[in-house]
Amino acid sequence: MEITMTKVKDKKSIDLDKVEQQSSTDGAKIAIKDVKVWYGDFMAIKGIDMNIKPNTVTAFIGPSGCGKSTFLRLFNRMNDYVDGFKMEGKIKLNGTNIYKKKVNVEELRKEVGMVFQKPNPFPKSIFENVAYGLKIQGIKDKKFINERVEKALKQADLWDEVKDNLKKSALALSGGQQQRLCIARTLAVEPSIILMDEPTSALDPISTAKIEDLIFELKEKYTIVIVTHNMQQASRISDYTAFFYLGELIEFDKTKTIFTNPEKQQTENYITGRFG
Amino acid sequence: MNSIQKNRLKDQLFKIWGIACTLFGLVLLTVFIGDILIDGIRRIDWAFITDLPSRKAEKSGIYTALMGSIWILILTTIISFPIGVAAGVYLEEYSKKNRLSALLEINISNLAGVPSIIYGLLGLEVFVRIMSLGASVLAGALTLSLLILPIIIVATREAIKAVPKSIRDASYALGASKWQTIWNQVLPASGGGILTGVILALSRAVGETAPLIVVGALAYVPFAPSNPMDEFSVLPIQIFNWISRPQHGFIENAAAAIIILLLITFVMNGIAVYFRNKWQKKWK
Ligand SMILES: Nc1ncnc2c1ncn2[C@@H]1O[C@H](COP(=O)(O)OP(=O)(O)O)[C@@H](O)[C@H]1O
Ligand SMILES: [Mg+2]
Repeated sequence: MEITMTKVKDKKSIDLDKVEQQSSTDGAKIAIKDVKVWYGDFMAIKGIDMNIKPNTVTAFIGPSGCGKSTFLRLFNRMNDYVDGFKMEGKIKLNGTNIYKKKVNVEELRKEVGMVFQKPNPFPKSIFENVAYGLKIQGIKDKKFINERVEKALKQADLWDEVKDNLKKSALALSGGQQQRLCIARTLAVEPSIILMDEPTSALDPISTAKIEDLIFELKEKYTIVIVTHNMQQASRISDYTAFFYLGELIEFDKTKTIFTNPEKQQTENYITGRFG
Repeated sequence: MNSIQKNRLKDQLFKIWGIACTLFGLVLLTVFIGDILIDGIRRIDWAFITDLPSRKAEKSGIYTALMGSIWILILTTIISFPIGVAAGVYLEEYSKKNRLSALLEINISNLAGVPSIIYGLLGLEVFVRIMSLGASVLAGALTLSLLILPIIIVATREAIKAVPKSIRDASYALGASKWQTIWNQVLPASGGGILTGVILALSRAVGETAPLIVVGALAYVPFAPSNPMDEFSVLPIQIFNWISRPQHGFIENAAAAIIILLLITFVMNGIAVYFRNKWQKKWK
């Protein structure tokens, strides 16, 4: 209790410090503490706590407009550009609050990659798409870039399909291939977390299955957070599932528990399709 | 007659009306160009392009005016392109969206509609007198740059706005800074639109007469400009000058010079269309 002796004045802050230490020793990859988000006057996230473990797949489910994307985009600070965006609370990545003033957002995004709902390759060649993240870091070593591009494309299960056409425009690929290219592009930067916002909602079933397999493989090396509208998808690929409703986290547990024995009635109603 | 038939009839009527309007414009243009061609085409030969102006119509050429126009074109491009594009990028990407920027925006759109002679007066005061550049090509190019800057700025902003947000998102998400995103993604993607706007603006500048007359461009210069401080004439002024002469020979000269001027603007517009198509293809 030496700490209490030196900082008697401010009991609250001491308690907070303790909690923080605990959560970082919990081994959470991402620790979210009492996060609230507003767009102008509208409160989109109403105070959420959550710990995301490393090397797991966490699925966010819930009816549209409940704040899944908003919450996901907090982790790589993609909401920063949105007009009227305001945020309170803490999000710690490997123990560091990413909303601290000193944080370099560009560095953060190299650590936390993102794949979007609609495949959004750059209107450039396949190679340039994957190399982009490296080039903007100022890397010029051709051999290094070539190796990374090949590795990323292999990881994303796209290499065999495109290895002879790396110079071809990425826009000539099919939707499913484009989405895997976007995953490869993200992997090339070697993040440790990958955020995916409904990555298969624009794809056909076969492409979707490929991406799901891929997510399963990637789990070994990465922490994955995925928003999905598809209940089967959530139950197939995720270890943990979070159910959101109207800006609140209703329930967060092992996927198996959520889908077989949820604690809350609302969760059950949603996953059995009774609303939403 | 039921409502489907009624709508179909309206559809047909509108189509006919549209075709009639298009034809009206086309016919007028054809008659005008035909008239000019009949008057001027025989006059065009290599000598017409390389001859200096003279008091005799048949010995007169457009060399100095053509060179003046080319000088004006090049200098105006050098001045207006970087400034206009930079201003467009700034307004679209960096300026905070507040009252001041809204005011700025309205003013820029208004500036695009200000009569060109007003720009001439401004150029005369600022460039010719205050900056004492005299009636030089440089003063003329600066004046025309002011004239077309609003057009370039508006075109740049429109082109930048057309770049899908998803492309920016992708770039930011990979760790790119704002400037890297603009430079590597936004500008290349909007390049076609920007170039189209710039070329169309420049082709307007080539045809301008009034502001250059006010700035002090001459109707008769014995030599082509050799540096930015030289005095100059341009094709439209040469044409204006020839048309006001009584002798028939000069009318022919004017028609021939009009053909050359039209040719230049057509080629420039053609290049603009080419860029637009090329870029559009790249997008799809
Ligand atoms: N840029 C924005 N400006 C204002 N409101 C927004 C914005 N983005 C999202 N919202 C609102 O925030 C709520 C949550 O949106 P979102 O996170 O996209 O939900 P979800 O991904 O679960 O469908 C919605 O009510 C939506 O209308
Ligand atoms: Mg969403």
